Amino acid sequence: MTISRRTLLAAGAGAGLLTACGGNTGRGDGVSGPSLSQWYHQYGEQGTEQAVRRYAGAYRKARVDVQWRPGNYDQQTAAALLTAAGPDVFEVNGPTLDQIRGGQVADLTALLEGVKDDFAPAALAPKTYDGRIWAVPQVIDTQLLYYRKSLLKDAGVEPPTTLDALVDAARALTDRNVKGLFLGNDGGAGVLGGTPLYAAGLSLVTEDGKPGFDDPAAARTLGKLHRLYADDSLLLGAPSDWSDPSALLQGLTAMQWSGLWALPQVRKELGDDFGVLPFPADGAAGRPAVPVGAYGSAVSARSGHREAAKEYVKWLWVERTDYQRDFALSYGFHIPARISLAKKAGRLRSGAAADAVRFATDHGYAQPLLWTPAGQTAYQDALSRIIRNGADPARELRPVVGKVSAELDRVRKKP
Amino acid sequence: MRRWRALWFWVFVGPFALGLALFTYVPLLWSVALSFFDAHNTVTPTHFTGLDNYTAMLRDHAFLDSLRTFLVFTAFIVPVTYGCSLSLALMVNRVRRARAFFRSVFFLPAACSYVVAALVWKMSVFSGVRFGLANTVLGWFGAGPVAWLASPDPPWYWLVIVTVRLWLQAGFYMILFLAGLQRIDPALYEAAAVDGARPGWTVLRHITLPQLRATSAAVVLLLVVNAFQAFDEFYNLLSDARGYPPYARPPLVYLYYTALGQGQNLGLGSAGAVILALVVAVVTVGQARWLRLGRTDGDG
Repeated sequence: MTISRRTLLAAGAGAGLLTACGGNTGRGDGVSGPSLSQWYHQYGEQGTEQAVRRYAGAYRKARVDVQWRPGNYDQQTAAALLTAAGPDVFEVNGPTLDQIRGGQVADLTALLEGVKDDFAPAALAPKTYDGRIWAVPQVIDTQLLYYRKSLLKDAGVEPPTTLDALVDAARALTDRNVKGLFLGNDGGAGVLGGTPLYAAGLSLVTEDGKPGFDDPAAARTLGKLHRLYADDSLLLGAPSDWSDPSALLQGLTAMQWSGLWALPQVRKELGDDFGVLPFPADGAAGRPAVPVGAYGSAVSARSGHREAAKEYVKWLWVERTDYQRDFALSYGFHIPARISLAKKAGRLRSGAAADAVRFATDHGYAQPLLWTPAGQTAYQDALSRIIRNGADPARELRPVVGKVSAELDRVRKKP
Repeated sequence: MRRWRALWFWVFVGPFALGLALFTYVPLLWSVALSFFDAHNTVTPTHFTGLDNYTAMLRDHAFLDSLRTFLVFTAFIVPVTYGCSLSLALMVNRVRRARAFFRSVFFLPAACSYVVAALVWKMSVFSGVRFGLANTVLGWFGAGPVAWLASPDPPWYWLVIVTVRLWLQAGFYMILFLAGLQRIDPALYEAAAVDGARPGWTVLRHITLPQLRATSAAVVLLLVVNAFQAFDEFYNLLSDARGYPPYARPPLVYLYYTALGQGQNLGLGSAGAVILALVVAVVTVGQARWLRLGRTDGDG
């Protein structure tokens, strides 16, 4: 069969029309109002993308175009917020203090009127600045220490409850084929961040806005992390990093620091042969530490439809609790940001999941809003040198305290 | 007639000149201007700060460390790549049979992307676990697994970075040297043979290398600029979601995080970019003068 040029042109025009009409933009029938663009970072769990498109499609007061954005999402949104062509509504692991001070995000305080107390304080605190709320928390994520019960039992090791016990356990569990502990391929400098400080009873930034680690206890605790490296107890160079539980599941390590999101996969592969722990306490003033973070929904201050965008955020993340529960628990594994929803969630009431929720509630800490990227880089670099190079912790922390103090002075000035 | 010619010149060249001005020169000048202003989370200059961004950048240990690391990297990778690609060119040039085959074999890696090569190196060849290729080989000799990318002491990560860069680049520069070698007049070698010069080091030193001076200068120039612009393999080998290890952070990566990452300090990032551009310019001009680039033998 030969295809004439006319047939080919007609087919091309038809395909073009179909393309123009197709694509799941989340637009429902009979929708009035403006067009809103909503950005999400790419979730690893299957079904999440379809779910958020379904929520957007159900909204009647605006056409919502959902964009599912793989890659370096934080950098993408940061760049997009500089222009008016960015999203109207977007998911954000923040916003950062500079984004708030730079007037890049809209004030959403009014959206939470009457329901503010139902949002977990640890999730809401980093989204609050000057008494105003700049993003509505969607879900809470947390990080935990996963361990293989059978491997610990074979080695005669008890689940560690102090940092010293963790160091000893990691050494006892290490042999030629299995390492004791996996804290990420960088030895833990990136993922642990401030967690060891909180475990020592300290903090990244104090309540009155000063560096929270200008204390000999900080150097003592961080120095112990180098012992893990020096003992050769850490798994380094695994094919996937800490956020993926593969190293634990493949038997490369006996203990791994990972996220709550890994729990369903770990349970599926290991059954009951695993447990979870918080980062263990260190020193007399120490306490277990569990970092918590929350992706939130924010509105771009440059949006041409700011009020409509706020209304949509209120509808989805304040009013539609059924969608919020579905989003947190039906695809991945997260703690709903609303206390009332978290209490009702059956999947979080037993086993390791219940332990994780308890740890997050009792020992959870969120990275303070005043902890700026410049301070974080300086701190992480110092931590990396302490862990891997065996650098003197006290000497490494001194310039970091100076850098963080300067950053705190900068952000305290009115813009 | 001349007017038509001018018109056609601008019809063809105009769009490209406009694109170059809009997307290269304007941002460049804008960036230089921005480096004198406080520009957090904005590309619009706000508060004039003079040289504050420059002094802050020059006092920033992370930036200075990255510059130092890259000066060492450049000082190492440039002669090594030069030596490898020249050796390959000399070998391939001497081969009498299957010359095209050998040229293709050595040139093919140049067609591979840095991202793909870096991931192959990271995940299969130099994976830190016991079943990585390099660790499997070490295991045959009874040695334990080495964390190639996570060990600053000894700095095994350099082995990974240098080998992937050599594998990707050496073939390309080999082709440049081959072109240079084929332009050398055979009569020079014949005359040398008649004068009793033995083939080998003497001929290489007194005929081949001097005749390749122009090619060498171009190759070294490209290598220096490429070394300072290294980003892809460093990013894909060493970065993770939380950032970058301080021991091998390229200046470009640091500036990326400062200006475009969560930092969003575009004034400070611009100052860093200007400093980096000046360092590259000074090194490039220095090596061009050293190699007497652009001069003929008659020039003083």
